[in-house]
Amino acid sequence: MAEPLDDYIDAVSKALALPVEEAWRPAVRANLEVSLRLARLVDEFALPDETEPAPIFTA
Amino acid sequence: MTTKPEMTAAEIASAVAGRKMSALDATDAALARIKQHDGVLNCFTDVTAERARAKARAIDADIAAGKEVGPLAGVPFAVKNLFDVAGLPTRAGSKINRDLAPSKRDATLIERMEAAGAVLVGALNMGEYAYDFTGENVHDGPSRNPHDTTRMTGGSSGGSGSAVGGALVPIALGSDTNGSIRVPSSFCGIFGLKPTYGRLSRARSFPFVASLDHLGPFARSVTDLALAYDAMQGPDADDGACTTRGLDPTLPLIANPISDLRIAVAGGYFQKNVFPEAVEAVSRVAKALGATRVVDVPEASRARAAAYIITTTEGASLHLDRLRKRPNDFDPAVRDRLIAGAMVPAPLVDRAQKFRRWYRAQLAEIFKSIDVLLAPATPCTAPKLGQVNFNLDGVELPVRANIGIHTQPISFIGLPVVAVPVPLEPLPIGVQIICAPWREDIALRVAYALEQMGVASAPSPRGL
Repeated sequence: MAEPLDDYIDAVSKALALPVEEAWRPAVRANLEVSLRLARLVDEFALPDETEPAPIFTA
Repeated sequence: MTTKPEMTAAEIASAVAGRKMSALDATDAALARIKQHDGVLNCFTDVTAERARAKARAIDADIAAGKEVGPLAGVPFAVKNLFDVAGLPTRAGSKINRDLAPSKRDATLIERMEAAGAVLVGALNMGEYAYDFTGENVHDGPSRNPHDTTRMTGGSSGGSGSAVGGALVPIALGSDTNGSIRVPSSFCGIFGLKPTYGRLSRARSFPFVASLDHLGPFARSVTDLALAYDAMQGPDADDGACTTRGLDPTLPLIANPISDLRIAVAGGYFQKNVFPEAVEAVSRVAKALGATRVVDVPEASRARAAAYIITTTEGASLHLDRLRKRPNDFDPAVRDRLIAGAMVPAPLVDRAQKFRRWYRAQLAEIFKSIDVLLAPATPCTAPKLGQVNFNLDGVELPVRANIGIHTQPISFIGLPVVAVPVPLEPLPIGVQIICAPWREDIALRVAYALEQMGVASAPSPRGL
């Protein structure tokens, strides 16, 4: 049975021309689930619209 | 004067400069010890014996000619194999990078160490592309813990931890993106310095996560850590993130009293998911320093999550083309994590970077009322090699995902940290001495005080 993220993995794999062999799929999916769970934690945290990102951190 | 295995860098440099020992003897002693123990520890991937002897002879010639030599004269050191070493391909723990052309020039930090008289004796094992907390490597085999060779060194600078913990060399260099200096320091029972983000040049080292990567030294004493750190400071146009600040030498300051420092223990998140040995180590350090105040770091769990997201996505971006062309040459575990990282939607990465700015402001506020924050370096002592789970308060938790939970929220905003080893039995464990940006001097001062009190020390390797 297809997992909920499988269609998404297929679509991004195609968009990025990034191969995902069937044997790797369960581990890729498990890792993506962890990333999305952690990203949700950050996403839930309300920040003002003016907040600057810090892609290059300057201490 | 004969060499002995656990001579510090300061002792070697003093003996060499004072003509009591030659740099060549010091180098040969390190090479002999590497030959004796590396079969078990598996920490070296390259031994640069010929180069090392040539450098040592040059130092001895300078001394014989009455020339001034640097503060690290004749001190053997080694580097994680993501540093460029002239003549070697920079493998960064991977199979793929072995096909790169040999480097033409050493990394900046190697040049600075050698300018101070140190002698490079080799390159060290590491987790593939630094995406690792264990020190295990599918291509080169695991580096092994010098206190119990059935256990992990921690990673990703596993070879650096093993080589210094096993007293094969007094100083090693490594990198720390989410904890890769502090974790091996903790598991291998040595001192490690992750400086402020941007303090030490990363020029000519293989990157992982540009906005989180730091380089720094490991040593068996605080004096050696400060000696190496001071030798490597300074601006470098070859690293776009390297500070233009002037030098801030720390060695002259480390013995200053610490009675004026406001020291607190990190509460909340940093006191959860820890084994009794981590609690004991922080408690010993706090007691020795008279630290009774507990400070909660707000949203540390979210900070760790945001660091994870930035790491997996920037890492994926770095390796995207290799993932397309040579996916079967990666460690499968690293490959599958990176592929998943490439699939995280962009707005979530942007939110992680915005959260980073917010979190940095919170910590800046905290450091207005304290000078030092204490936290565990790892939740436990070194797990067994290959161990998948550990049991904490009746709950099974994955080892790999949890080793770095206390280091990630700190490197996320680039704060300087000295990891100090607390020599518990049967295995050592580290405590993080965390300071405000650019205050490595304070972290080293506190580490030195703990070393003088006998609370922090690098135990003799017990597994050799």
